[in-house]
Amino acid sequence: MMTKERMDSIKEVLKPKIVEKLIGEDKVELRGDEVVLKGEYYKKQVRIALKNCDIVDPTNIEEYIAFDGYYALYDSLTKKKPGDIVEEIKNSLLRGRGGAGFPTGRKWDEAYRYQADKKYIICNADEGDPGAFMDRSILEKDPHSVLEGMALGGYAIGSDQGYIYVRAEYPMAVKRLEIAIKQAREYGLLGENIFGTGFNFDIELRLGSGAFVCGEGTALMESIEGRRGMPRPKIHRTAHVGLWGKPTIINNVETLANVPVIINKGYEWFRGIGTEESPGTKVFALVGKVENAGLVEVPMGMTLREIIFDIGGGAQDGKEYKAVQTGGPSGGCIPADLIDTPVDFESLGKIWSIMGSGGMVVMDENTCMVDIAKFFLDFSVEESCGKCVPCREGTKRMYEILDRITKGEGVEGDIERLEELSETVSSASLCGLGQTAPNPVITTLKYYRHEYEDHIHNKSCPAKSCKPLIKYFIEDTCIGCTRCAKACPVSCISGKVKELHVIDQSMCIKCGACYDVCPVKPIKAVSII
Amino acid sequence: MQVTINGKNYDVEKNTTILKACKDAGIEIPTLCHDDRLSPSGACRLCLVEVEGWKNLHTSCTAICKDNMVIQTHSDKVIKGRQEVLDLLISNHPLECLTCEKSGACKLQDYCYEYGITEGTYRWEMKKPYFDSSNPFYNFDSRKCILCGLCVRVCDELQGTSAIGFENRGFETNVATPFNEGLINSTCVSCGNCVSVCPVGALEPKSKEKFRYWETRDVRTTCSYCGVGCQMDLVVKGNKVVDVKPAFDALNEGLLCVKGKFSYNFLSHPDRLKRPMVKKDGVFVETSWEEAYNLIVNKMKSVKEYYGSEAFAGLTSARCTNEENYLFQKMFRAVLGTNNVDHCARL
Ligand SMILES: Cc1cc2nc3c(=O)[nH]c(=O)nc-3n(C[C@H](O)[C@H](O)[C@H](O)COP(=O)(O)O)c2cc1C
Ligand code: SF4
Ligand code: SF4
Ligand code: SF4
Repeated sequence: MMTKERMDSIKEVLKPKIVEKLIGEDKVELRGDEVVLKGEYYKKQVRIALKNCDIVDPTNIEEYIAFDGYYALYDSLTKKKPGDIVEEIKNSLLRGRGGAGFPTGRKWDEAYRYQADKKYIICNADEGDPGAFMDRSILEKDPHSVLEGMALGGYAIGSDQGYIYVRAEYPMAVKRLEIAIKQAREYGLLGENIFGTGFNFDIELRLGSGAFVCGEGTALMESIEGRRGMPRPKIHRTAHVGLWGKPTIINNVETLANVPVIINKGYEWFRGIGTEESPGTKVFALVGKVENAGLVEVPMGMTLREIIFDIGGGAQDGKEYKAVQTGGPSGGCIPADLIDTPVDFESLGKIWSIMGSGGMVVMDENTCMVDIAKFFLDFSVEESCGKCVPCREGTKRMYEILDRITKGEGVEGDIERLEELSETVSSASLCGLGQTAPNPVITTLKYYRHEYEDHIHNKSCPAKSCKPLIKYFIEDTCIGCTRCAKACPVSCISGKVKELHVIDQSMCIKCGACYDVCPVKPIKAVSII
Repeated sequence: MQVTINGKNYDVEKNTTILKACKDAGIEIPTLCHDDRLSPSGACRLCLVEVEGWKNLHTSCTAICKDNMVIQTHSDKVIKGRQEVLDLLISNHPLECLTCEKSGACKLQDYCYEYGITEGTYRWEMKKPYFDSSNPFYNFDSRKCILCGLCVRVCDELQGTSAIGFENRGFETNVATPFNEGLINSTCVSCGNCVSVCPVGALEPKSKEKFRYWETRDVRTTCSYCGVGCQMDLVVKGNKVVDVKPAFDALNEGLLCVKGKFSYNFLSHPDRLKRPMVKKDGVFVETSWEEAYNLIVNKMKSVKEYYGSEAFAGLTSARCTNEENYLFQKMFRAVLGTNNVDHCARL
């Protein structure tokens, strides 16, 4: 059995060793008495959910303990009542990091109050947003923080069984979780009579097969129960009627990783970080056309500018920054002039986007907004479970319209049709997937309507990205170097050395190879019109 | 509890869905995927209603009434929502009503008519067709399927066979058997309950008759195949049975088995015996009931006289009711004096 004394002695021996080693490797520095990663990229970050990532060895439970791991569980089981934990989380105003931002404490309270012979707690580790890898990092690099968060949740609501629903495409995460669960059982931190308090709690893994919709809470439960992952109609709350009809709490990986830290440091500390209504931090996967892509964890309320420019280094290759897409396929595109918007649940909501699970895709001047809307919608079309009519049929029709527009086949009335379909799909779909699928279209129509109009009426793509609408053309500044002719994969460029080259438009496949190789400066002789 | 529907107040019990409350109040709400006997699904989104204070339209089949709820079932917003749903459905549905056997009894056809939807605004890409005609009694045509899921749920929840489910995702979702091996290779017992619930012409009996539902009348009867006594409606055109529908207000609650549902062809089969026959000079000839009974009685008497009671053996049929079987054994035991009675169900 694990005891406080044993944890203390592990911490005393191990922590100085780990810190010494990491400082020796020049990987970390001390911020107060906290050990944080070193470097420009981490300066503005505040790490709660990622606090142990790249610092402790995820395959060694003792290193997690050395960094205060399982102390929150010990204190709770020995000194606090379940209701106290629920109160603490409620007071912290922690909001779900899986997408919807629902107050975690309120959810727990519902399950805590509901009497039942069996309750479940589920960790949603399905992370299906394209380009997202926040949860994956936590699972791979600090799995015990999730296990401890779940055990605390289990104690709070009166559950003795947890499930982690993790996608099979994350083999490393699965492996690390398996090791972590095994070690936690060996150390008596999972299983029966934890810390000798009579509290029993165990965790099992369930592997998902990579359907985005299985991240939706009720579809996930269907999947755990062995059926096809399709959302259930929302008649009852899952906190009352969930997995196998029992009260069930489902929380995101990052939400759960926050829990032990909140219990350890207290809700006042947590509320001191971030904004009043959205306290704490959020992990983002900063990707796309950004200089420094990667995971960042920042206090809520930091502006987009600070994240994208100060941490991310702005748009790649010196190009002009155009927009950022937050919230994945359910989110919205935020134009450059709103770059000073603080990133928290309320502020993003006000400008029609969402926090989502933390995807942040940066776009530069060459990104066509119609094409981006089409890209995200394509994802929703593919991932719709097919159950309800508006999502199954409606998103497909929206995609078809967008596809036509980007091919220069848009017609009068397409924008209105898109707006009408957006309204139907978002207001009449069964689950969050359909309800939010039109968001990328709605926001790009709101902020970049002129791009749609250009495509439809002038058959032109202002970002010069939609191939059917652009032409490569060689200006008479051509120096006749022949590089383009050599680069052209379909050999449709003719011209003699030191003479003007010409592209045969009927054969051109618009790959842009000629543009890339043209050496003429400062303006290339190949232009895109 | 009280709710207001379309401006009028109604008393409802706790835990009543809005759909049920409306039905009890005599207000018709269109549904394609709802069946009182099955778990609610919320798939078709046609039963949308507007509830005061709620941002989005809500499916009435999955929303529970709350005290003082104010509900609109036919507001402009609701009608528009339903029209859009129907438009999306019909846009991906073959317009073959002229040749479709379901015409006249198709809910999609009826609702499109009611809500003024014609050929569909979005008649662009159609989903890939998939047919399964491997079952001897019925066909599946995915092009007509609107994915209401009633067949899947009835097979799973009431029939208890779970032979079919959904395959693929999104626009290409289909009803199919596991690994798409076809109904004939599945656990399907051909009960036809999926065919009975299908609101459109996707699941259709392999009927040998040409008929239109408006040319037929329903005749309620008791299935004669076994003693359970399922109630059913014979669909009769002229004087011929052309289809069978399970009855709902009966013990069998809208279910039948393969025999009751599909095996009615004997009714008007030319080989069917309509009068008693006796063998005269080696050939069967028609006779009167009077003569037939007399013959039986006389033969029984003489056999009993010559050979005794143990010369008799009686075998009865599962098509008889309990009462008939009781009378049968009583006749053998009390009248003929033997215990040699048995029943085909022993086999
Ligand atoms: C289509 C869809 C996909 C989702 N995928 C995920 C996911 O991959 N991970 C996740 O944590 N939540 C996902 N969610 C949100 C969950 O439904 C649920 O709100 C969340 O897991 C609750 O945890 P939280 O309150 O801690 O955020 C998804 C929701 C929808 C509608
Ligand atoms: S909204 Fe889309 S994903 Fe959700 S239940 Fe409907 S079809 Fe399935
Ligand atoms: S005929 Fe009966 S067993 Fe076969 S698929 Fe239909 S409902 Fe299921
Ligand atoms: S076959 Fe008929 S009952 Fe089954 S899902 Fe399709 S439309 Fe519904």
